[in-house]
Amino acid sequence: MTSLGTRPLLDAVSDPAVGLLAVDEAPNPWFDPSYVTDNWDSILAYTGEHVRLTVLAVLIGAALALPLALVARRSRYLSAPVLGLSTVVYTIPSLALFALLVPFTGLSSNTVLIGLVAYSLVILVRNFLAGLQGVPADVREAARGMGLSGAQTLWRVDLPLALPAIMAGLRIATVSTVALTTVGVLVGHGGLGQLITGGFASNFYRAEIVTGAVGCVLLALLADALLAGAERLLTPWSRAARA
Amino acid sequence: MNDFERAIVYLNDPFNWSRPNGIADLAVEHLTISLVAVLAAMVVALPIGTALGTSRRGGGLVVGLSNVSRAVPTLALLTLFAVSPIGFGNRATTIALAVFAVPPILTNTFVGFRGVDPEVREAARGMGMSRGQVLTRVELPLALPLLMTGIRTATVQVVATAGLAALVGGGGLGRLINLGFGQQDYGVMIAGAIAVAGLALLTEAVLALVSWLVTPGPRRLPFLQVRRAEGAGAVPEPTASGVPL
Repeated sequence: MTSLGTRPLLDAVSDPAVGLLAVDEAPNPWFDPSYVTDNWDSILAYTGEHVRLTVLAVLIGAALALPLALVARRSRYLSAPVLGLSTVVYTIPSLALFALLVPFTGLSSNTVLIGLVAYSLVILVRNFLAGLQGVPADVREAARGMGLSGAQTLWRVDLPLALPAIMAGLRIATVSTVALTTVGVLVGHGGLGQLITGGFASNFYRAEIVTGAVGCVLLALLADALLAGAERLLTPWSRAARA
Repeated sequence: MNDFERAIVYLNDPFNWSRPNGIADLAVEHLTISLVAVLAAMVVALPIGTALGTSRRGGGLVVGLSNVSRAVPTLALLTLFAVSPIGFGNRATTIALAVFAVPPILTNTFVGFRGVDPEVREAARGMGMSRGQVLTRVELPLALPLLMTGIRTATVQVVATAGLAALVGGGGLGRLINLGFGQQDYGVMIAGAIAVAGLALLTEAVLALVSWLVTPGPRRLPFLQVRRAEGAGAVPEPTASGVPL
């Protein structure tokens, strides 16, 4: 057999004895702008689904995590089971969790959403709890002494003081939810993850895979930057302290 | 018979475990891939983390790396390595998983060594210990709890994410999930899910025990350390640990 490198392309393809696959000879670049422009509509649609799943999962997770953290703060006997259970949920692989949900919710995006809510909930409960436990007891005592009710203490003392930890939790939860959404490809609702497995299934089409992967990372970084900006706006006092 | 009962029946059939490419084979493949990936990551991350941690430099780099790694989906990296010239299969899976195991080990090693009280180090030097002795007999034992946390986090993460490789032509227990899903045989899929989840939980438990055994000083099982962490204040973990997979 002659060396493959010197053979003209057509010759290699037409000669089956060479044992070359067409896929090896066809150009398969890692980056291809024309792929992005040609498929802009479907990329946008997948991005939309990705964003929708992430935002919903983090919002629902936060709505569930705050009361849980408030209850868990009351005593060690409540916080230990909450933290223990969250460790167990952490450890369950996302693929397995989605698979376990399929018999109940089928191939809908709800399967992905429920799984994502579970993971974001777990991250948020820990951070919310850490933030609330970091509020000094004498500050809460003082608030009560000033005549603040329980709800007022929560709203005007606990939450502002716990805000850095809460925002840190939201950022971690959002970024990892963006990454986790891709596993939803199992049920066909993986957002940009669909491009990753789609490209894999289309004869290892690299441009599509890279588009999905880079899209996910950009989305995560964008979400992180937005939340960091929101944190700055919500905590004007920390800027004043630094200045 | 619902899907969960079918899964139990499937798991209770010894033939499904012992046949070629059965659960036992897949579990061994799964664990081999994971073990090689974690060992490779340790070889890279432990020396770098130790060097940076003892010199207290490069903190921003380490934290940045662990933050960025959180944003990269495991599925993306697994797929990218599978379509690279490495070709899909266990080698590509192992490399991708090793890349993912580096940040948690690196960050925790770094934080562990950086956290050693400089006065303790000073005292050890004053007692006439050489630099190497200080490292192995003073700093390492003090950094060991965090170091083990990093290794445990990374290993559990690798064992859990190794299942994803099945989505892009890799091996391991994830195959059962993918196969069951592809054949619309949800019993097999759930059996696979139970196997993958069980393996991850088992790994967590075994490594928690190992870190308990190797950690010097007053012995506390990791799940009892929650209280101490509470007392440490409201600082969220700076590390990549504690990110779902």
